[in-house]
Amino acid sequence: MRNFLEFEKPIADLEGKIEELKHLSTEGDINIAEEIGKLQTKVDRQLRAIYQKLTPWQTVQVARHPDRPHLSDILRALVTDFVPLAGDRNFAEDFAIIGGIGRFRGRSVVVIGTEKGRHTEDRLRHNFGMARPEGYRKAQRLMRLADQFGLPILTFVDTAGAYPGIGAEERGQAEAIARSIETCLQVKVPLIATIVGEGGSGGAVALASGNHVLMFENAIYSVISPEGCASILWRSAEHAKDAAEALRLTAADLLKLGVVDEIIAEPLGGAHRDPAAALKGLGEAIEAALQPYLQQTGDALKAGRRAKFIAIGDKRL
Amino acid sequence: MNWLTNSVLPKIKALVQAREVPDNLWHKCVNCGQMIFHRELEDNLNVCPHCHHHGRISAERRLELLFDDGLYKTLELAKSVADPLKFRDRKRYSERLKEAQGKTKRSDAIIVAEGLIGDRKTIVAVFDFSFMGGSMGVAVGNALVLASEAAVAAGAPLIAFPASGGARMQEGILSLMQMPRTVLAVEAVKEARLPFIVVLTDPTTGGVTASFAMIGDLHLAEPGAIIGFAGQRVIKDIIREDLPEGFQRSEYLLEHGMIDMVVERADLRDTLIRVLGLLTDRHDPQAQTALPGPTEHGGTAANPG
Repeated sequence: MRNFLEFEKPIADLEGKIEELKHLSTEGDINIAEEIGKLQTKVDRQLRAIYQKLTPWQTVQVARHPDRPHLSDILRALVTDFVPLAGDRNFAEDFAIIGGIGRFRGRSVVVIGTEKGRHTEDRLRHNFGMARPEGYRKAQRLMRLADQFGLPILTFVDTAGAYPGIGAEERGQAEAIARSIETCLQVKVPLIATIVGEGGSGGAVALASGNHVLMFENAIYSVISPEGCASILWRSAEHAKDAAEALRLTAADLLKLGVVDEIIAEPLGGAHRDPAAALKGLGEAIEAALQPYLQQTGDALKAGRRAKFIAIGDKRL
Repeated sequence: MNWLTNSVLPKIKALVQAREVPDNLWHKCVNCGQMIFHRELEDNLNVCPHCHHHGRISAERRLELLFDDGLYKTLELAKSVADPLKFRDRKRYSERLKEAQGKTKRSDAIIVAEGLIGDRKTIVAVFDFSFMGGSMGVAVGNALVLASEAAVAAGAPLIAFPASGGARMQEGILSLMQMPRTVLAVEAVKEARLPFIVVLTDPTTGGVTASFAMIGDLHLAEPGAIIGFAGQRVIKDIIREDLPEGFQRSEYLLEHGMIDMVVERADLRDTLIRVLGLLTDRHDPQAQTALPGPTEHGGTAANPG
């Protein structure tokens, strides 16, 4: 059963009809097959119409879609020989951030990313993708490991943000994020970051301060959630839609601002409708992005990152 | 203090009940509720003489207290793109910005100054909380880049005094990008092996804490300052229980290992002079910076709490 977003209702209706017809259909019933074909064309047309002009708030819904590919899907599709590595060596293992070593197209890499989890139990285990300080400290540890062995780092971001809890604060959530950003910027290996779904604030930039930042077409990347922004600036979370517009959190806007370097196109109707196609595109984009950096020296990689981030803020919309 | 508490205060209280505090001559401590004469409060660096509650002070006052003879020069901040997103909530950001500029007579929420502290050339960056809650956008990020470059150029230490609600939402993603930018800024100071010291003041939260403010060589904090990543309301909404006493206060962070020391405002300058001396003049038989003993509010450089 597919999960439909509110604005996808016309598509849900059409696809419902297709399903019904399929049940009615008997072998060789040409009329019904024809009808299904027509409806399918209609679905595609509708999808194109809806997805061509998603509002920022609709994009937020797509970015948070429960069927959107997660890190676990990315690992299955793009990484072989993956060996997950656990623990921050200080306090705990944090399942909100998954990391390890594996091969991307034959090349050894370190992979680090947030994982929201798919089903209730899984989501709880991954804390809905909201990391505690241990998650960011594990990320730092793995980045250092990559640095030590000269392995490129691939990071994947899909998080509402860092977890706001008492323990997280006591164990230095702010310090952990700051150090994670610092480590991203210090390593002398290429760091390619991808905003897969939600790029939520400090918890996202902690993993995304890379040489090259990729972003899926319908992903979002923002300093604060539209709901959070609305409740502060409009004094009501009901203005989330307005906040989503004002924040300019879509891939197209972020590309213009120089915050992301490249947008990865999604299949018609969003990555959740065809995860395999979306992940294929992701793999190709990473491969292309990684190539030029493989030739650079460690110092050049570091200097490049510095120049890139220092320059952000010169452009406007 | 006795004449104040015993005879003047009841009269004042009676007065206050009748109408609001007259002409701001008297200030009611938000912590202990004691009335303090404005002159006395000022002389005491805005610290309550009764309970040692550290009230906020202006960015200028802070610089004046810090530099030798109160003398310093401010560095001119480069003009940055105003309102890059054309952000509008219930009000335009450009209007909010103009209002804040009119109120504070400065271009954004930070001052970068240079001068002598204990006869040592030092670069200081002070946030102005009264300017849109000290929030960090492109201009503040640029100022920290400038401050770091000035420190490296002069071979001088950099001291930052954050006082900020965090990232400036009205600059959207560009405010988030100030986290890596300011980390890079202070990284240059560290790579030049110059001290980068953070003095956390009330309040330091959000993206400011989670960037340059938590990667100082040393972390000092004023007593009772709120320092944290997530806002208390957000945490309460998520966990649905009361927060522990003193949560996210300086003393709490000291206890949890996140800062080196809690220093009373009156001791701040001498403490900074001493630690800067220790970090940079590696051998100086004459050097000695007098410091008062430890206080109930935490350690000093002489007696780390």
